[in-house]
Formats: sequence, C-alpha cells, structure tokens
Amino acid sequence: MATATTTVPGGANPSAGSRRFLSRLREGDEIARLITLIFAGVVVLIVVALVYQLWRDSVLPRHKFGWHFFVTGVWDPVFDQFGALPFIYGTVVTSAVGLLIAVPLGLGAAIFLAELAPAKISDTLTFFIDLLAAVPSVIYGLLGVFILVPLLRQYGEPALGKTLGFLPLFQGPPFGVGFLAAGIVLAVMVIPFIISVSREVLLSVPREQREAALSLGATRWESTWKVVVPFARTGIFGSIFLALARALGETMAVTMVIGNTPKISASLFSPGYSIAAVIANEFTEATGDLYLQALVELGLVLFLLTFILNGLARILILLTERRGAGVHA
Amino acid sequence: MNSKRLVCLLALAALAAGVALAQGSMLINGAGATFPYPIYSKWFDEYHKNTGVQINYQSVGSGAGIKQLLSGTVDFGASDKPMSDKQLADSKVKILHFPTVMGAVVPTYNIPGVSTELNFTPEALAGIFLGRITKWNDPAIAGVNKGVSLPGNDIVVVHRADGSGTTFIWTDYLSKVSDDWKTKVGADTSVNWPVGLGGKGNEGVAGQVKQQPNSIGYVELIYALQNNMSFGKVKNAAGVFVKADFAGVSAAAAGAAKTMPDDFRVSITNAPGKTSYPLSSFTWLLIPAQVSDAAKRDALKGFLKWMLVDGQNYAEPLSYARLPKEVVQEELKAISSIQ
Amino acid sequence: MSGEMTIRLRWRKIVSAVMLTLTGVCAVAAVSVLFFILGYLVYHGGRSINWDFFTKLPTPVGESGGGMANAIVGSAKLLLLASLVGVPVGFFGGVYLAEFGGRTAGFVVRYCADLLNGAPSIVIGIFAYALLVLPFKHFSTIAGSFALGIMMIPITLRSTEEFLRTVPGALREGAMALGASKWRTIATVIVPAAYRGILTAVLLALARVAGETAPLLFTAFSNRFWSPGWNQPTASLPVMIFTYAVAPYDDWHRQAWAAGLVLLGLVLVVNVIARGVLARGVSVPRS
Repeated sequence: MATATTTVPGGANPSAGSRRFLSRLREGDEIARLITLIFAGVVVLIVVALVYQLWRDSVLPRHKFGWHFFVTGVWDPVFDQFGALPFIYGTVVTSAVGLLIAVPLGLGAAIFLAELAPAKISDTLTFFIDLLAAVPSVIYGLLGVFILVPLLRQYGEPALGKTLGFLPLFQGPPFGVGFLAAGIVLAVMVIPFIISVSREVLLSVPREQREAALSLGATRWESTWKVVVPFARTGIFGSIFLALARALGETMAVTMVIGNTPKISASLFSPGYSIAAVIANEFTEATGDLYLQALVELGLVLFLLTFILNGLARILILLTERRGAGVHA
Repeated sequence: MNSKRLVCLLALAALAAGVALAQGSMLINGAGATFPYPIYSKWFDEYHKNTGVQINYQSVGSGAGIKQLLSGTVDFGASDKPMSDKQLADSKVKILHFPTVMGAVVPTYNIPGVSTELNFTPEALAGIFLGRITKWNDPAIAGVNKGVSLPGNDIVVVHRADGSGTTFIWTDYLSKVSDDWKTKVGADTSVNWPVGLGGKGNEGVAGQVKQQPNSIGYVELIYALQNNMSFGKVKNAAGVFVKADFAGVSAAAAGAAKTMPDDFRVSITNAPGKTSYPLSSFTWLLIPAQVSDAAKRDALKGFLKWMLVDGQNYAEPLSYARLPKEVVQEELKAISSIQ
Repeated sequence: MSGEMTIRLRWRKIVSAVMLTLTGVCAVAAVSVLFFILGYLVYHGGRSINWDFFTKLPTPVGESGGGMANAIVGSAKLLLLASLVGVPVGFFGGVYLAEFGGRTAGFVVRYCADLLNGAPSIVIGIFAYALLVLPFKHFSTIAGSFALGIMMIPITLRSTEEFLRTVPGALREGAMALGASKWRTIATVIVPAAYRGILTAVLLALARVAGETAPLLFTAFSNRFWSPGWNQPTASLPVMIFTYAVAPYDDWHRQAWAAGLVLLGLVLVVNVIARGVLARGVSVPRS
C-alpha cells in the first residue's frame, strides 16, 4: 500500500517522484487532482477572458479619445462624441450621498450590536440585517419609484429647499428623481454591509482594550468611541470601501430613480446618470461600433474601480483582524 | 435523503416536461419601436390565437430595434424613423420597410388644476423644448388658450432617454416649424436635449408625465388615451388647431399615399390640409429581404399578409389610422420580394 | 473640586447614555427597514396576487389582466441552468483549494473568485453578451444562465472550501488509516460530512442571482410568450418587474408589486432556511 507515503490530509501536495506519481495515478488521486484543478482553472480563465473581452471591445474609443474620455462632459451618439464625465460624476455623487447617510447609521448600529446588545439580541438583529442584504436591487428600485420618489417630490425636496436652499446642493425644482433619490436608495442598500463587517471587526477588538479604558474611568461610550473604534479603524474603513464598491456597481435601483439624464449639476435635486445605469439603458440600442465600445469602456472603468476598492477593503479588514489577534497574543 | 432525491427528480422531470411541451410552436423574435407597441402586441396576440405562431416583440425603442436587426440578434425590427441610407448601406443584408399603421404623437401634460384641452402653437412647443419658455403662464401658451387659468409654475420637460422613432417624429416636426430648433438640435432618434428629464420608451415618458406635476412630454396617442392623460391640440400648417385622432392622421397621409416611393420611406409631419394632424407618421416593420429559415420566412410573410388585410381592422379601436388602400396594395406586392 | 468633577462626570455619563441610545436607534432603524419593505410588498403585492398571475401569459398592452406565468417558469429555467454552470465549477474548485491546492495556485484562484464576486453584474452581462449572444445571433436562456452562473461561482467556491476545511482531521485520518485513497476519502467521507453546509451555501447563491436583473437585460432579453427550449429569449421575474414598474399602466404596476412579493418571498424564505440551518454550524462567508 502506497497510501502512507502519498498525501498529507487536507493540505498541499508535495511534489512527488515518478513512482509516487504513478501510484497516485493508479489510485485515481492524480486524476481527481487534475479534474478539480481544471475546474479551479476555469475560474481563473473566466476572469482573464472577462478582462480581455472588456479591453478588446473598447479599443475604438480608447484610441479615438484617449484620456479625454474621462474629462469630456458631452455624450452625443448622433455626432459620435462620447465623454464619460457625466456618468462618473453621477456615480461618485450618488455613492457619496449614499455613504454619507449609511456610514453614521451603519457604524452606530454596528457599535450597538457589538458593544451593547446582549449576544442573543445582537445575533437576532444581525440575522435580520443580513436578510436586508439579500433583497434584490430591482425590489429597492420598485419601492424607490413608488414610495421614495413621490415622497421626495412632494415633501422631502421642497422642505430641504426651503430650509437649506441657500446651498447650491438643494436648489432647483423638485423632480423627485435625481441624485438625492438615488443616493438614499444606495444608502439603504449598503447599510447591511457596513453593519455586518464593522460589527465583526469591532468584535475582534481584544477585551483588554475595553477593560483598560473602563478601568481608567471612561464611560461606556468613551471606551467605545475613543478606544475600541479607533483600534478597529482600519477595518471600518475596509467596510466603507466594500460598501462603496457595492454602491458603484448598483444598476437597477439607481436607473429607476436617477432620472437618466447625462447632466452635471451641483444640485442634488437634479436628474443625473450613472455608469451602470447608462450601460443598462443604452447597450441594446448602441448602433455603431464606437457607441457600443464606448459603453464597454465605461464597463471596464467600473470593473477596475470596484476591483481596486474591493482589494483595498480586504487588505484593511485583514490588517485589523490581524492586529487584534496580535495584541491578544 | 431518499425522499429528497425523489422530490428533486420529480421537479426536474416536471420542468423537463414543461420545456418539452413548449418546444412545439414556432417563435419569432422582433424588437423595436414603442410607438406602435399597443397595436403590435394586440396583433401578435391575435395572430397567435389564429395560427399558433408566436411572435415575441420587445418594445425597446426604434434605435434598439434597428441595432438588434443589424446585429442579427432578432428576426425583424420596427421603427418610426425609416432607416437612413447610411444605415441601409452599412447593413450586411438588405432590409425592407413595411409600413404597418399610422399614428399620432401628442403633447401630453400634467398641470394640476387644468383639465381642459390646451392649444399649442409650433412656436410654443419649440420654445418649451428649447428651454426658452419656462412657465406655464407664458404668453406664448396663454395667448392661444384664453379662458384657461394657467399657473405660474415651472414647466418640467420630459423627453425620451433612449433612441426613439417617436423622438424623430417630434424633432422632425420641430425642425420643420422652427429654424432655431433645426440649427440647435436637429432631428434624429437621439438628440442632445437642451432641457428635461429622460424616460425610457413611450411607456417611460407617459409614466413620468403622469407622476410629475407641471410636466409636458410627447407620446403616441394611445398611451395618453389608455392612461387618461390630458393632451393638447396642435396648430397645423393650415393654421387650424387639430386634436389628434385617426381621421386627422389619415388626412395627413392622403397626399403621401399617392406619391409613395418604392421603399415606403416617407415623412408626413406638418402635412398640408385643413384637417391634417401635423404630428403624424407611418411606422414600419423592418424585415430582412433574405430569410434563410423557410419556416420563419413563411411565418413572417403570412403575418404581413394578415396584418395588411385583417390586422388593419384593429387599428382604429386603438386610435391608429389604417393604411391607405394604395399603400396596402403596393405592400402586398412587395411581400413577394422576401426570399 | 469634587463638585466640578461630579458635574463633569454626570455630563459624560449623560453623553454616554444618549449616544448609546442613538446607536440602538440606528440598529432598530436598520432592521425596521426590512420589515417596512416586507410589509409594503405584502400589502401591495398581496392584493394583486391571484390565480391568473401564476397561470396566464401577459395580455396585449393596455388590456388588463393576464399574468406572469412565463416569467416564473423563465426564472426557474434560468436558475436551473445557472446552477449547472456555477455549482460544478464552484464545488470542484473548492475541493481543489481545500484538498489539493498549492500555495500560489490557491492564492490565484481565490483572488479570481473575489474579483468575480466584486464585479458589477452589468459588466458580467456585457461579457455574456459578447460571448454567447453576438456570435450566435440570438438572445437566449443559455446566455442569461451563463451570466448568472458566473455570479454563483465565488460564493459556491469559498463556501465549499471553508466547509471542507472544517471537517475534523480525525475523519480524514481514520479513512486514510483504513487504506482509502485521497479521492475516495474526499468523495465518501469528507464531502458527505460537509454537504449540508455546501448545499445551503448553494441555495444562498441561488437566492442572490434570482433577483439579478441587469445581466439579463441583454442576454435573456425578454419574451411575451413561453420560451421554447433553451436557445430563445425568455421572460424573467426581475426583468418584468423593471419593465412594468417604469410604465404608466396601473394594471402593470399591480403586477409589478405581485411579482416583487413573489420574488422577495422566495429569496427571503431561502435565506432564512439556509441561514437557520447554518446557524447550527459554521457561519456563512460574507457575500
């Protein structure tokens, strides 16, 4: 029996001599390894093919416009002028509004769940919040169109206009649809991610930190806000990046409430457009290669943005958890 | 574990059976204009009841319809703007235009407190959509609507966000009546709008106008009727304020019917005649001249014949105008050129 | 001096109490959004759900009545085929990572899975369009399922790997000691021990892609009729919700609510069951 010399349970496969290889082959292990390797390789292949396809199918606008693509504000299919600025602007603004609302609320909720709530309540509430993350985007869009937009148009935006109308942010006629509506919808959609990641990160902060603060006479709040949260700061930033990456890619909910107009405006009441929304709306009707490829280039930009943000997020979260483990040791 | 396996197998079997059952009938895919969508959906439903042929039409806008047809991802397209010479030249296959019905584009509005029909002059419409006329009680509008108390609210303009034949009809008309419009914006399925919100499809524009107070948009007549939305009369070339209906559209097409070109591409906006409705248009099905699948070809030709004869009876109940007799005759002859 | 300190202390305690209450309010607010969404959908959707909704095809534009039978079956077909694409790749890939994987290969595969997970669904739709729609010249259920299947891969892969890793070493060693080869150990001992977790993770992946709309817009397109076979465009619940919600017809709005209720109901039920089952065991990787 060659089994004793072949494989390590659950671990890496040491490189084997040809005799071991043949014995593994006979027993089917090598075949199993190859088959699973092929499937794992498929994952890599899909990613490579995806990036390659995005790159190859955006060659025309990249050559024609180069970097100007990102700073031109005109999107005119009739005259073949394509500039991504209105969509980048809309994506950034709506995500910013979304985060401005979601981060304080999400962090507050995470603090409650990690620091204050008894374990059972914390787990139950987290369970429900995880369910919130499972709600499909189009359902948020449905509620946005029929509930949020009329509310904003009739009450929300006029009220904001009256009280804060001296700011250019809140000027202009209340359409209901626009950057503000999209920002609010995005806030609701990303709060679960901020809460669940921040909660885990806060839970990983070693007890000694809290206890040290409390023993020095800090109140519960002070120990949380001035000691625990700063300790977990990197991880919390990670959760924000994760949420941001999610917000950038949201398509359906945004396109249903943003007004679908490629416009750059200082006012949050103004209708606008986002990268994902314009791709969804115009992809099937983009006549002409330049038009279609301009949309693909937008997709490439979006992919790269989310790729960078997700990568940063994971690094930050990992750093915080390692830090907690390190101190504890 | 055993009962779970049994349930899974049963579910799969049911699904497979369902799929196999649906296998039998023929499915033809088309996409395009939202302008004629109400009558097309009625036609395809009736045709399916009569013959079992399923024609799946997706109303994605004329622009998308043309694009999908040129990419070959649908079997036929539909558009309210005839394809341009360049588009036809770029196409790998020859495309034939078949007019189906004629319809009207109406200026529909939602002004709280105003339920009467408003009159619109060409200058007023151009001014509103250029962003020059910004309030409902502007003299250009109030002047021809004496007796109606218009509020001083800001006008919210709604236009199409997608490539639209309806947009083409609207902008084609505005280009004919306003030099300013012609130079600043022009006429096409997709233009650089000076002001306004975008809606997707006739459905989207109607939806926006319906929900947004003080708004004005342009939609095909039936969308305004089916949704109980107010729409105004438009002053035609002869100086008469005409309300859109199929009689006015037929009047607009009367002249063109006699001089219809062989490829059926023609514009009838701002047509002469006292009773003509100025925002009228034909709408076309775009069929490839060569269809390799014999069954599909026969189904398409069969549908076209049915559409030209029986189908026309469904037009007027949905406020579209029937095709002029001369045009029907020409088209019946043209069907044979689909190989 | 002690007086000042007491005042200051009381102030700090008040601040503490207030802030902590606020955090509680945040948490309750977040959770109540869920119940608000559910309540609204049950109210509006519940009124519009009838037998017709589940059994009839859509009626011509402007005529009321009809249903979404084709969209329900279409979504079911899309999900079935998507699992056939996503689950094997995710599962066997996860087996590789847990049982055979080397350092670098494992890192690369995990990294790619994370990339796919974070990719916006519309971008995956573009990929599927370029690969399966344009060359074959039609929209199809296959193209839509491919896009959805790609989105299922990361969750399935990571869950499989994690659950396989949690199988106790004792089981492995016991099997080895009895002379089983590695693949036999995996197939007959390790996977069966972890299958519950893996299955529930697959269900969660399915629930996630069931609601995806964007990638279907230009792969599966849509269909007013039944979609025969797998090679034709098909209606699906999320796309119908989108189409009906932005239109002006009140009847379509009703149907959109009903469809929203059905979709959300299914997604939530699957999530509750899956997470409940898993709560007894290991936690689910964050999606």
